[in-house]
Amino acid sequence: MTNSKATNSKTSTEATTMTTTNLTTREKVELSLARRRAAETRFRLYGMVSVFFGMLCLVVLFTDIASKGTSVFKQTSLTTEITLDSGYLGINKDSSIEDIRFANFEGLIKRHFAKSVKPKGRKAKRELFKLISPGAAWQLQELVLANPTAIDSTVTIELLMDDDVDQWFKHDFGNDVVDNGRLSEQQLAWLMTWIEEGQLDSHFNTLFFTNGDSREPELAGIHGAIKGTLLTLMVTLILSFPIGVAAAIYLEEFAPRNRITEIVEININNLAAVPSIIFGLLGMAIFINIFGVARSTPLLGGLVLTLMTLPTIIISARAAIKAVPPSIREAAYGLGASKNQVVFHHVLPLAMPGMLTGTILGMAQALGETAPLLMIGMVAFVVDVPGFINDPSTVLPVQIFLWSDSPERAFLERTSGAILVLLSFLVVMNTTAVILRRRLERRW
Amino acid sequence: MHSLPDHYGTLMALWTGVPALILLMSWHLLEGPVINHLLVAQLPAEIQAGDSAQIQLAISKVHNLATGSGLAADASLMPAVSHLAALNERTLLLNSGIALSLCLICFAATYRRIKPELRARTEMENIVNMLLLASSGIAVLTTLGILASVVIEAWMFFQKVSPLEFLFGTTWSPQVALRADQSGSSGSFGAVPLFAGTLLISSIAMIIAVPVGLMAAIYLSEYASENVRKYAKPALEVLAGIPTVVYGFFAALTVAPFIRVLGTDLGLEVSSESALAAGLVMGVMIIPFVSSLSDDVINAVPQSLRDGSYGLGATKNETIRQVVIPAALPGIVGAVMLAVSRAIGETMIVAMAAGLAANLTANPLDSVTTVTVQIVTLLVGDQEFDSPKTLAAFALGLVLFISTLVLNFVALKIVQKYREQYD
Repeated sequence: MTNSKATNSKTSTEATTMTTTNLTTREKVELSLARRRAAETRFRLYGMVSVFFGMLCLVVLFTDIASKGTSVFKQTSLTTEITLDSGYLGINKDSSIEDIRFANFEGLIKRHFAKSVKPKGRKAKRELFKLISPGAAWQLQELVLANPTAIDSTVTIELLMDDDVDQWFKHDFGNDVVDNGRLSEQQLAWLMTWIEEGQLDSHFNTLFFTNGDSREPELAGIHGAIKGTLLTLMVTLILSFPIGVAAAIYLEEFAPRNRITEIVEININNLAAVPSIIFGLLGMAIFINIFGVARSTPLLGGLVLTLMTLPTIIISARAAIKAVPPSIREAAYGLGASKNQVVFHHVLPLAMPGMLTGTILGMAQALGETAPLLMIGMVAFVVDVPGFINDPSTVLPVQIFLWSDSPERAFLERTSGAILVLLSFLVVMNTTAVILRRRLERRW
Repeated sequence: MHSLPDHYGTLMALWTGVPALILLMSWHLLEGPVINHLLVAQLPAEIQAGDSAQIQLAISKVHNLATGSGLAADASLMPAVSHLAALNERTLLLNSGIALSLCLICFAATYRRIKPELRARTEMENIVNMLLLASSGIAVLTTLGILASVVIEAWMFFQKVSPLEFLFGTTWSPQVALRADQSGSSGSFGAVPLFAGTLLISSIAMIIAVPVGLMAAIYLSEYASENVRKYAKPALEVLAGIPTVVYGFFAALTVAPFIRVLGTDLGLEVSSESALAAGLVMGVMIIPFVSSLSDDVINAVPQSLRDGSYGLGATKNETIRQVVIPAALPGIVGAVMLAVSRAIGETMIVAMAAGLAANLTANPLDSVTTVTVQIVTLLVGDQEFDSPKTLAAFALGLVLFISTLVLNFVALKIVQKYREQYD
């Protein structure tokens, strides 16, 4: 009934339009074509704009960080000749390491510059000494430790400059901004003299890659963070790969199809989407408070990240096992293999490339993870490079987070530099995963 | 013969290694609590009589003194310190001794059983299967662990602060004074400003991510040539692979100042930690989640539906809007829900770019704070054990866990059901 009514009303409306406009259906369609074509073009354009917008964001993000971060690979230093006066330092070439460590290299540098630059008055002296990094004394000390016979000779050394000088030389001087407000006129005059004499120049910044964290921007490096990251990822990989693969094999090959298995599957899928910060809470409440695992260690970080990456690895490993065709299994059974032999001798090797790809992607996810590690104390200020998984340490993303909070302009540069290093690690891992997939993937 | 030589070998290895390994692992897990329990007896009487927080504090002092990192030696704790040193030495000996002898006993016992009649392969396979089962159990244990830790601590929090005040209170200032007689001794824990802030930032993110992600998915699956698709799709997915701390840095140091300058030029008052900056960047991060999931569901719509629509004379645009999208709608809704749960749980972008001030506002140019930011600020750094401030973080964690779990659960159900429909 309703149907016929609808048709009736439709025909009646059509009739009215017919009478008012006197057009055939064909003419109406032709008239609407232009509008429909325009809609089509518009719609297509929206799509293109969306894809373009995504790409643009990517490009802006990368260029922004690269433009802020590439200058970190240069460090300003002052090439100077300095006499290692044994009388002043109170050490000779037979002195013990302990004595050399306590020798007053800082005083020696101050005396050297006081003599060569001749500042007038205490204020000028203080301004002069502020140009040199506290790391310069440490450089001299390292030099003497490596070669005690250098004592009493005159050595040429590239002394580290303070971060204000470094920033001024790298950014403002090159762009003809002579005064950036951080340096006094007198300091700028000295710097200009040094530049004219060719003493002040920037060199490749090896310290950034060999030092741990520091309060002095020019001394802060990412070695400690990289080592911490590697140790943490090592723990994560050692735990999550075998457990993930074993779980995937069980669920895919051995688990009986029943309610419990279904719950386990739903559970794993949901776990993959739980916010990472929740895993930090778990790490705090269970690993630290109940099991007493030491805070801030790669071991603890690795445990938390294992739980976080397990679902990812299990899901991809299951997909890889599913992709192995049943004919392989049947052939193996036909030759008299047991269930375990079929799985471990035939299915597993064939599924391995897919599993490895999934694991690398899981590791890449763990590499960039920050939030759960904040909760378990990896935000501590750690100067020493961690030696093993039970030493306090930090990781690269957390180091980035810590530095991004520092007000110094030099730390901004170091943050971006550390991000560039982190991103290049990620690029390497993801490329490996793609290549692995291309190389080893089989089409059945 | 039933089993091959290597089956016997593997069986021996498993029997020798696995029990000792399990023993060592459980020993290490239980060692800490047991030692602490033994130490309590050695503490001075007045500390023993105190509450659990005092005992906890004394125990950690003892541990610090024993490792030599304690600052000042407290004479009353010294008996406990020396007891701890003795215990540590004894447990090390005991545990390696027991583990080693367990290895030897198991080895001897299995060695005696090695005979041609022994069905070594079956036994080995059973052990291996048990290990596989245990591995898949870890995922379930993780969920239980999350639930247990969050629920227990949240329960302790709700003993001190009423759940109603927490869920519906509108003032959030978790600073609790150290002594009861100080002014403002009880912090207020009304979490509504946090929920509102989370919703505000997530909505800004979704306003960016849903249209862009959906249109990108439609373009890539319906319009783009094979070549464009081959490069554009992975390029978009790179956005999802960038660590969130990088987005946070970008939001805090590039986008936020940019928006502030832009707003000032337009005569608007923009906070330096505006919700808009965090939301925009989060939206960009979420684009690939929406686009790749929607791409999957759009591709799952059978070609016959499209062909039918073309046959009726519809244009491509009309087919997509009136046939493909309605058919894919449940899946798209699922994808959006997953993206929302991702936005709610996102931590680093908001921790770096959004503020700490718990303002109850809907103005995107104002500074707001979110649930995740508060969890991080409450828990990073030194915490007092058992203080409502620390426990509040777990209560927030519980809310976060439940809300994302519900979103994920429903979304996954929808996506799954939808996939089966056309398979």
